[in-house]
Amino acid sequence: MAVTVKTFASAGEAAGALSSDRSARYLGGGTLVMRALNEGDVSISTVVRASDRALTRIDPSGPRITLGAGVTFARVLAERDLAFLHAPARSIGGPAVRNMGTVGGNLFAPNPYGDFTVALLALDATVAVQGSFGARDIPIEEFLQSRERRAGTLVLSVSCTRPASNEAFRYRKIARIKPKGGSVITIAAHLPISGGRIAGARIALGSMAPTQIRARAAERALEGRSLDAATISAAASAAAEGTSPSDNALGSAWYRREIVGVHLRRLLSGQE
Amino acid sequence: MSKIPLQFRHNGRDVAIFVDGGTNLLVALRELIGDMTPKFGCGQGGCGTCSVLIDGELHLSCLTLAETVAGRSIETLDGMKQGPNLHPLQRAFADNFAAQCGYCTPGMLMAAKALLDRNPSPSREEVVEAISGNICRCTGYEPIVNAILAAAGGRASA
Repeated sequence: MAVTVKTFASAGEAAGALSSDRSARYLGGGTLVMRALNEGDVSISTVVRASDRALTRIDPSGPRITLGAGVTFARVLAERDLAFLHAPARSIGGPAVRNMGTVGGNLFAPNPYGDFTVALLALDATVAVQGSFGARDIPIEEFLQSRERRAGTLVLSVSCTRPASNEAFRYRKIARIKPKGGSVITIAAHLPISGGRIAGARIALGSMAPTQIRARAAERALEGRSLDAATISAAASAAAEGTSPSDNALGSAWYRREIVGVHLRRLLSGQE
Repeated sequence: MSKIPLQFRHNGRDVAIFVDGGTNLLVALRELIGDMTPKFGCGQGGCGTCSVLIDGELHLSCLTLAETVAGRSIETLDGMKQGPNLHPLQRAFADNFAAQCGYCTPGMLMAAKALLDRNPSPSREEVVEAISGNICRCTGYEPIVNAILAAAGGRASA
């Protein structure tokens, strides 16, 4: 079935078109929406695009960084100031997917995808969205919890605070195919240290629930402690608590629960 | 529904076609222009055999909305050979037994060209990374990696 493609000069107009038509989807890099069209998804009858430059802007310097929703992973990788986001960006797709896939689209990518969003969740990112109600900022966790209802919302950008050091932010994607493959599980950890103790630990998991989630029990085990062997063990044993992984071709739910603690332990211990 | 006029450069030649809304670039290239070199594999971005260069950058044509390439330059395998001569990458693929069934070959060659255009003397690791979005079910990848390294080596010594 042919679809109607509407291209707008401003993100605001695109957001209006998106919110007024339930069968409209926003086309970013194409890796989700074109795939759905190729598979014959008849629920999409209108494709909305915006050529607004604001959507592809990167503000990489300073303590708080902002990425336009239309920024591709290849562009993230080309920014030296965004080195802390290179591991998650590199873990996505092959080069062609990284040239196409966008930061904003990744927020909507279902399992076993959405790895960049795992990193953003650990970094407590803010998602700027434009809906029929106007523009507003939403904490990423709240955004993800209501993701299914957000098809009519246009994401403008994401922003997060730069981690204090390389050690403070860690990322690991477990895939069966290297260097490219869907996620068995994905883990990101933000561990700010204050006076030798962890203050404000955030552990985010991918493929451990219908959306990316925080491992709150593991965070509690880390909070206020130094990152020693006993603390790491406690966090690792709590890693699967509160998760609800599914079976898919890459791994079973049982397997995911078994390995999440193992890989969290390795990530926190700085093992390869 | 009315058709949408679309103009772009295809292997150095200006083309003008009419597409239906929602048509992907792969369908436009194969069915409307008659360039059968990019293949349809998965339609999901998983296999890479539809890979083309858009303004020199590697993209998956099956996931590219055709009308987004208006005014841009598309390179496919069809434009790779230089007159009657094979491109050095094509020659290296033949010499190194890098094609068996051949279905992945157009995508592999475009991914390899995207790499060598940017990085004329890549390491083995960089070659593996460059073709990591392209699936081959015949060769086990080693002959393909060797062919790309051979083409790069030949180019460097030439």
